[in-house]
Amino acid sequence: MSYHVDQNGYYGNFGGAFIPEMLYPNVEELRTNYLQIMNDPSFKKDFDQLLKDYVGRPTPLYFAKRLSEKYGTRIYFKREDLNHTGAHKVNNTIGQILLARKLGKKRIIAETGAGQHGVATATVCALMGMQCVVYMGEIDIARQAPNVARMKMLGAEVRPALSGSRTLKDATNEAIRDWINNPLDTHYIIGSAIGPHPYPDMVTRFQSVISEEIRKQLLEKEGRDYPDHVVACIGGGSNAAGSYYHFLDDTRVNIIAVEAAGKGIDSGESAATSALGREGIIHGCKTLLMQTDDGQITEPYSISAGLDYPGVGPMHAHLYASKRGEFISVTDDDAMNAGLELTRLEGIIPAIETAHALAVPQQRPFKKDEVVVINLSGRGDKDLNTYIDHFNL
Amino acid sequence: MNNRIHAKLREQKKVLSIYFTAGYPKLEDTTRIIRELQSSGVDMIEIGLPFSDPLADGPTIQDSSTKALHNGMTTEKLFEQLEDIREDVDIPLIIMGYFNPMLQYGVEAFCKRCAAIGIDGLIIPDLPVEVYEASYKDIFETYGLANIFLITPQTSEARVRKIDATSEGFIYMVSSASVTGAKSTFGNAQEEYFDRIAALNLETPRIVGFGISNAETFNTATKKADGAIIGSAFIKHLTHHGVEKIKDFIAAIR
Repeated sequence: MSYHVDQNGYYGNFGGAFIPEMLYPNVEELRTNYLQIMNDPSFKKDFDQLLKDYVGRPTPLYFAKRLSEKYGTRIYFKREDLNHTGAHKVNNTIGQILLARKLGKKRIIAETGAGQHGVATATVCALMGMQCVVYMGEIDIARQAPNVARMKMLGAEVRPALSGSRTLKDATNEAIRDWINNPLDTHYIIGSAIGPHPYPDMVTRFQSVISEEIRKQLLEKEGRDYPDHVVACIGGGSNAAGSYYHFLDDTRVNIIAVEAAGKGIDSGESAATSALGREGIIHGCKTLLMQTDDGQITEPYSISAGLDYPGVGPMHAHLYASKRGEFISVTDDDAMNAGLELTRLEGIIPAIETAHALAVPQQRPFKKDEVVVINLSGRGDKDLNTYIDHFNL
Repeated sequence: MNNRIHAKLREQKKVLSIYFTAGYPKLEDTTRIIRELQSSGVDMIEIGLPFSDPLADGPTIQDSSTKALHNGMTTEKLFEQLEDIREDVDIPLIIMGYFNPMLQYGVEAFCKRCAAIGIDGLIIPDLPVEVYEASYKDIFETYGLANIFLITPQTSEARVRKIDATSEGFIYMVSSASVTGAKSTFGNAQEEYFDRIAALNLETPRIVGFGISNAETFNTATKKADGAIIGSAFIKHLTHHGVEKIKDFIAAIR
């Protein structure tokens, strides 16, 4: 079975491009050009150079000794939190803005949940001198204030999404509407492995530098170029897609996807799409989706703005349906506790999104000699207020 | 295929089509609005099946959809409301909605129910022509439903011709690059686009939508097309003046 996108833009039954005709020219322009541009040696050179000199790659693969001792296994962290702007998101925004420039676009739009993708987009727009508009749910603007301030300082305009649940789903709707209204000069930098084909594949390829580095680094540290388990949190699933990419066809590697259970899967306040979703269409692709019997998209809930999304990327839907991936869901409380635990044991304050992946060793035992790589997708500076409130620090 | 849409477009008059969101302003207003529109002289009606995430719509239709869902509108409810509509309504009726609710209902079951009620066509903005041809065209044809595709000023000539070849009923010409309800006047760019498409001598009739709000924009849009659709402006009128004043709105258009 293939876990990669096929010629028609599908991963198994999932994916495709279910877009209004207004978006067809833009999406088609991307579809016909993205692989050619990405494989162009001069593009690769610019991309790699910026990842190295500007983003600070390669990020370390860090053996977490104290945490490993506590859980009786061998845990490594892929330190995406050490990237410039504080998360993995910048890998993709560097790639997409270079691609947008090749396509002659002048204006960039983006959606953001936690604000990490918005900041990463605003950053590369500042770097390239391009106009930047970021759509962000009104609720998220309130709970991720530091990132809103950073985007503004970087020169981006942050437009609140006021419809629906006023979170990531609605910010994405507004960004798509903006793109419909500005079809000629604008490129939409989607931050997650979602959206119409070719977005899930394009974002995954830009993020695949994560698993490419993990392979090399594990070979140095463990004498083998694969882990037994690779673990990542999933909202739309871009950090997960990048962490899994080079291991998709390597069945020695168990793929673990961690979703946000919110207040519990059966609480009615959750974002655990694989447990609660059915096949449906959201933001231009067919995937697993939380929805009513009638096909209306449900308002998700998670304490973490970046996981507060009612769908998953189509690659992940396929990993779930084909049983290639092991899907686990983690509640708000367990994630927060895991975040604090990492802080106290290893001196790293993780983003609350990432903290969901960190709760896995408590929920699911690993063997003593197994190598577990957890993608530490982002740092927790933006979440300090939430941590402080939660723990009365 | 030959249904009420085809017959209407053979009448050689400029078709006035009205879009409204089913279940708005009140859940049970659907059939009353349809009957008022018919008696006001409207030629064709698009019944909006509300969706939680209408990507191609501006704030007016978004709000009406949110309220309709809040009022309790569902796919099944809409079909129940329309059950007897053909007893006294004979103008073409089209259901316009996003694909996910139809997919969840079951595309074949949805089409079958539409045919039983006497629906003539569907407009599904997020079902692209390629997916339709590969997976659903046979079903639509079995039930005699015209699937109506959109084109925009950015649609290439080759693609317009492909859509023309696949279309039944009419082609929905989106007047400008925008979501619904965004523009209130037409400029040179729109008129040039209307002329350009008219010059292609397509087989399928063309009806213009998006940005039609009054007699002036209706007349401009229909100079080189077979009709025009009014959506957001009509919903605003419903919001401010209620179902009772529908005739006033239509009388002001022509």
